[in-house]
Order: sequence, then structure tokens, then C-alpha cells
Amino acid sequence: MPETEASTSTHERLIWRVAEVAKIVDETPRVKSLVLDVPGWPGHRPGQHVDVRLTAEDGYQAQRTYSVASEPESTRLMLTVELIEEGEVSPYLTSDVRAGDKFELRGPIGGYFVWTVAIGGPLFLVAGGSGIAPLMSMLRYRAAVNSTIPALLLYSSRTFEDIIYREELDQMAARNGLTVAYTLTRHQPPAWSGGARRIDRSMLASVGPSAKARPKIFICGPTSLVESTAQSLLELGYERNFIKTERFGPTGA
Amino acid sequence: MDHQEEAGLPLDGNAASGLLSELFALDVTVAEVTCDCCGAVTQVGETKVYGGIMGAIFRCAQCDSVVMRLVHTPVGLCLDMRGSRRLLAQPVAR
Repeated sequence: MPETEASTSTHERLIWRVAEVAKIVDETPRVKSLVLDVPGWPGHRPGQHVDVRLTAEDGYQAQRTYSVASEPESTRLMLTVELIEEGEVSPYLTSDVRAGDKFELRGPIGGYFVWTVAIGGPLFLVAGGSGIAPLMSMLRYRAAVNSTIPALLLYSSRTFEDIIYREELDQMAARNGLTVAYTLTRHQPPAWSGGARRIDRSMLASVGPSAKARPKIFICGPTSLVESTAQSLLELGYERNFIKTERFGPTGA
Repeated sequence: MDHQEEAGLPLDGNAASGLLSELFALDVTVAEVTCDCCGAVTQVGETKVYGGIMGAIFRCAQCDSVVMRLVHTPVGLCLDMRGSRRLLAQPVAR
């Protein structure tokens, strides 16, 4: 069990490890996934993240935090990175990095935004843009352990082409117990049957599980989406203690 | 996700967990902090964080008062807990 492996690391100091890029996946025009080999990786729980450190030839270092998108059962670690043009780290990770390149990484970190089957369900996930990454780790884990805990993902993207992991999500949704509801905020393809606006209170009320079912809620995305969604869910009667948030700034959906 | 590319907007306490783990042996993101200003008890992962890796200011999720500061300074890693009454951590898995 991943929990057991993670618990052995309680007193292990967080150390920088070398990650080697094994594969690069083009997810959308602005988003890539890096599949990494990390020798000595102690294992993670779904929803945790890592710190990535890049060191330039002159010794200058830049550090960023990325969620792990792969499930704990995977032998390789996946990070999903959205290009932020003015950023210091994401342009390298989305444009310059090649298979075989190496960089430093430490983790897993953060036990707050974590879901395991022991926490139970139903699971209610809300994502904006690349905020899908830690929620994808939870859904891949849920599939890997054949959990039948009901799960619903409400996922906001700008356009159809910006939906990350779309085929895999649709495949997972075709199996038992996962519902995926998409909303597209900027442009919708012809005959689009999903949502066509930003996530709001009425959308949450119509697609979400009943508050009486006491769902475990995880929200990840741009700060504005996370804050408005959390507020709406409180107004709809969902329990504050079961709402976990992960904000990451103003971009995305 | 790229948590720290943006300036000015708060992140969650969770985003500073790498920094916290440089000082604490336990996972402090799931520890409870009691705000000295309003008395609210929240998990550190739930506080609003400004900053992230080189340093972070943690603000109460309820009243926005500063409950904790953890910063790399030229003289060392500096923790300032003025603003919190108590930090309650469980010896559980990271």
C-alpha cells in the first residue's frame, strides 16, 4: 500500500533527487506532461506535489511547485506543466526540455490536499485548467485500485482543445462510478452538450452530488475559480471540513 | 500546475509545504494552527500563503491575520509565530 510506504518517510528528511525525463507528452497547445524516472522516489499519495529546482550554468536557481499527476501505483512520476510565457521555469519545462534531460526535485510534499479510499466518498472534484493535475492523480489512483467510490469531476477549460487528459478521462468515465462534466468558458464546438460558462453556483448545484451525501470535495485551479467555487459550495450547504482547496494563480480556465 | 509564477495572489498553506519541511519533522500542512486574533482553528494547509519557497507569510483563513512567517534570511531560516496561539501536529505520515 502506498500509505505504508509514505508513512515510513515520516522522519526521512526531504532531499533533492535527480529526475530524468523519460517521455514528454503533448497534452494541449500550452500544456505538456513530463514523465520522469526518479531513482529513490519514496512514493506519494494522490494529490501531493513536488518542488522542482532548476540550476543555470552561472549557479542561479529557480524553484517551482508542481502537483504529481500520476497515480502512486505508477513506477514513473508525471508532472503536467502549463506554459506561462513570463515564467522562469515553465517555458523551459514546456519548450526546451528533452527526453534524457535531468533536473532536481524533492517530495512528496503536502498531506493536506490528499485523497485515498480510506477517506471515502462520494468524491467531488472541481478543476480549472491545469488544476486538473492533482485531481487526475486521485482519479488514476481510484481506477488503479478498482475503487467503486462514486466520483464526479467538474472540469472547466477555455476551449475544447484546452481540455487536458480528455481521452483518458472519457475512458475512465465509461467505466463504473465516475462522471465527468466539462464546461468550456471561451469557445464551444458545434453541438457541444457540456457547460458553456464559468463554474457558478447553479452549475455546482445541478451537477454536484447532494450535500446530504457529505461528499469529499477537492478544488484546484486559478485562485478566482477556487475561491468562488468554495464560497458557492458553502452557500449550497456543503461541509467546510470536507472542502480542500489548492490555488495556483490567475491563469487557466 | 505552476504555483509560484504569479505574484500577489494568495496560495494555500499546502503550497509552502516544501519550505515547512525544511524546518519541521512532521507534515505541518495537516497541523492545526489557532489564530491569536480570532481564535479560529484551521489546518496550516488551509491558511492563505503569500510567497512560497524562499519565504512565506501565512494568514488566517477566517480573519486574514498573519499567523506565521517562515523566511530564509541571510542569518538562517527564521520562524516567527506571533499571531498564533498554538500549533497542534499529529505524528502521522508525511
